[in-house]
Amino acid sequence: MSTLLIVALVGALAVVGYVLGVRRAMASADGDLRLLHSLKGYYGQNVALLVLVPSLLVLVIWMTVQPLLIEQSVLGMISNTDVAQGSSRSLMMADVRRVADGLDVAVAQGAMSRDAASDVRVDFTNVRERLASVGVAVGSTVTQSTLEAAQKFRALAATGNMIRGIVVLLIAAAGFGYALKQTDKDFRARNVVERGILVLLIAAASIAVLTTLGIVFSLIFNTIDFFESFPGADFFFGTRWEPSFSGRGGASDLGFLPLIWGTLYISIIALVVAVPLGLFAAIYLSEYASNSVRSIAKPVLEVLAGIPTIVYGLFALLTVGPLLVNIFGADGLLGVNWMSGGTAAMTAGLVMGIMLIPFVSSLSDDIINAVPQAMRDGSYGLGATQSETIRQVILPAALPGIVGAVLLAASRAIGETMIVVLGAGAAASLSLNPLEAMTTVTAKIVSQLTGDGEFNSPETMVAFALGMTLFVITLALNVVALIIVRKYREQYD
Amino acid sequence: MSDQSASNGRISHGSLMVADPRTKKRNAAEARFRAYGIVAISIGVLFLAALAFSILRSGLPAFTQYVAKLEVTLSQEDYDAAESKMLKTAAYTDIFIENFSNALDERGVDVAYDSDAIERILGKVGGDIRGHYREHPDDIGRPVTFQLQTSSRVEGYFKGRVDRESLVDSRFLVKTDLDIVDALTDADILTGRFNWAFIKGTDAGVDNPGGAGIGAAAVGSLFMMLVVLLLSLPIGVAASIYLEEFAPQNKFTDIVEVNISNLAAVPSIVFGILGLSVFIQFMHLPQSAPLVGGLVLTLMTLPTIIISTRASLKAVPPSIRDAALGIGASKMQSVFHHVLPLAMPGILTGTIIGLAQALGESAPLLLIGMVGFVAREFPDGVVSGFLDPNSAMPAQIYTWAARADAGFYEKAWGGIIVLLAFLLTMNIIAIILRRRFERRW
Repeated sequence: MSTLLIVALVGALAVVGYVLGVRRAMASADGDLRLLHSLKGYYGQNVALLVLVPSLLVLVIWMTVQPLLIEQSVLGMISNTDVAQGSSRSLMMADVRRVADGLDVAVAQGAMSRDAASDVRVDFTNVRERLASVGVAVGSTVTQSTLEAAQKFRALAATGNMIRGIVVLLIAAAGFGYALKQTDKDFRARNVVERGILVLLIAAASIAVLTTLGIVFSLIFNTIDFFESFPGADFFFGTRWEPSFSGRGGASDLGFLPLIWGTLYISIIALVVAVPLGLFAAIYLSEYASNSVRSIAKPVLEVLAGIPTIVYGLFALLTVGPLLVNIFGADGLLGVNWMSGGTAAMTAGLVMGIMLIPFVSSLSDDIINAVPQAMRDGSYGLGATQSETIRQVILPAALPGIVGAVLLAASRAIGETMIVVLGAGAAASLSLNPLEAMTTVTAKIVSQLTGDGEFNSPETMVAFALGMTLFVITLALNVVALIIVRKYREQYD
Repeated sequence: MSDQSASNGRISHGSLMVADPRTKKRNAAEARFRAYGIVAISIGVLFLAALAFSILRSGLPAFTQYVAKLEVTLSQEDYDAAESKMLKTAAYTDIFIENFSNALDERGVDVAYDSDAIERILGKVGGDIRGHYREHPDDIGRPVTFQLQTSSRVEGYFKGRVDRESLVDSRFLVKTDLDIVDALTDADILTGRFNWAFIKGTDAGVDNPGGAGIGAAAVGSLFMMLVVLLLSLPIGVAASIYLEEFAPQNKFTDIVEVNISNLAAVPSIVFGILGLSVFIQFMHLPQSAPLVGGLVLTLMTLPTIIISTRASLKAVPPSIRDAALGIGASKMQSVFHHVLPLAMPGILTGTIIGLAQALGESAPLLLIGMVGFVAREFPDGVVSGFLDPNSAMPAQIYTWAARADAGFYEKAWGGIIVLLAFLLTMNIIAIILRRRFERRW
């Protein structure tokens, strides 16, 4: 039974339940609305909620757990001797799954009958070719044990899906029956429904927590996997980043230092651009600008923050990069040959700096505005000019907040992906020259996970370790920034 | 200071009429400081202008396509004769060239060419013509106007990517071909027209920048946005209602609040890693599916939506709640019947802005396999729209930008124009909503 059908059936049952619930409540009060404890709609909602919530909850849990259980039992079928040289259990499992999917597709397209699919044998049929004919590519030739495992997989999945449908519908029906039986004119339907809705609201609010947990667990488990196959010291203190994908042979150098160096270097260039520009823009907008200038300039600057980063990335690659080469390149305006290609730390840093201007300016703007007017008035009263007031009174008072804003901008810069993927180049280097190509943690996460490497090789798993470090660094920056900003805000509230 | 003035033999105090040097210095510093601010803002604005200029200049050509218009009438005998030959497409090429020279004679164009040159300029014309007649057999015997697309290098010549001086003769294009192209342009046979194929098309192979279109990726984006809207709006609103109206001051609430503000600042690529390991590795949802992309983007936009929804709930004055409670509504009723409808315009504005942010996001999509080259065909239905491999506009743009052929750069810029058009529309809708419906108490 397909998931869609189950959901549709449960939904239909809920609608029927709503109508019947209302009717039954009215009947128990002999049609007199005043005798009911709650408004009549609540009786219907009570039935609908009891039909929908438990059954769909079970459905979701079932859908998560079933593949795990099937995988466990199928994995048991693959003995260690079957695992081919240079392969692993999880790769075998991926093969099994692909073959099983392929058989499903073949049945769905009518290329194989249902029975034929469940007892094909390698000796009689070339499974790989049959699957290829329906558009499913299987990497290696299918061995008998893989095929048997795939058959088992399909059989288990089919039974599982059938039981799942029956169980979910039974639960929905049970909820339906129970709720209808409850329904009576004295039943406190509103209170029950409102309690149910409150639970749903709490569940929605805890999704944020679940997301964080999901991020942390997916990073931690995969990172542990990575460090089991790759020494941690080589990762954290290695100075060379030269992954070699399996097949080409040779061990990879997966040193973290050149990546973090590139990340920090590019972020610093970006901050050197963004902080002065953003800060001066914020000062001008909050202290000098007339209302009309402010009402135009502020939104225009904020447009910069709304532009997708892919646009900045393309701009860096195709406009800023060539422009810098025209200035610093071999036949450039300066006549120096400092830059060989358009992709460089400078290119990405400059463009990222422009992207960060609105982050710095709007946060600093808020913070400068929060400095009490009395402090300005006091300074003017002593005869200071406006700029002296700003430099000697307002900026020192706003400094912690501005530091917080800069830290937030820094965390943005470190986590930024598209600009560096397109603008900074792909070669990891520990160079000091800003006109040289560099690469960052985020760019390497993209390249390691979108390449065609096998999923369990250290070359791919390293992306999770990189993601972990990225997550920890940005989280630390954010937490510190938030604490600083919050502390500061309270100071003048 | 006074020593200095005294040594001049006269006492120079500043007055309202004459500024003393120190005042001058301070005023100059003041003016300088002010100028820094103006310069900073101007740089930002200038940069925005440069960005807009470079997008328009490089992207607009993507919407033009150069085609050769030629009327061909094919008789049944010609058709049968051509179909009976060994090299069928070659036979059609001959027919084309015959018609082509007639058209040139008619217009009095005098230029030398051969069938190879035609192939270099217009591609495999024979195949195109044969394909048309095989699909529309009714057209045999009738005059048909063919619009044959020029090859990508000829298009590059029109758009300034290829010029006479730097052109190196190759099997793709030789210098004399450009003379033919010029003659044809003068004779009005080669013309530019609006490139619908770019808007309606799918991604093409790495060697065919001319045929690449953003349509399939736009459909992928659309399905993703549906998922994001359907999930993040109810979940976001429910979470905000709980936090703003019901949550007691306790540990759990604190944890949730801290989580939301941290999630808002987690780099988007980390959400991609989450999607890859939870939705694809663990739950075995299909790779490259807009459904998975939508789920990842939902988790990413939830904090944005929750923050803005809470702000608009907070903006509804407590008197509304008190009044509802006063006439006997329960707490839940006061929220759902009174506070929520009043906060709705603000919530919708926040949601649209969150969606616009999600629409422009590309890094997490690359990790779950929604790269450009999977957008080869349109989905055939709603279910396949959610589950079949597809790309999204920003990921498609990235794929084009990463390809070596410069013809794709133009497509990437063009794709950005389409993407920005969507974003602009969404933001304008949000602004109109806010202007029209937002109430201030």
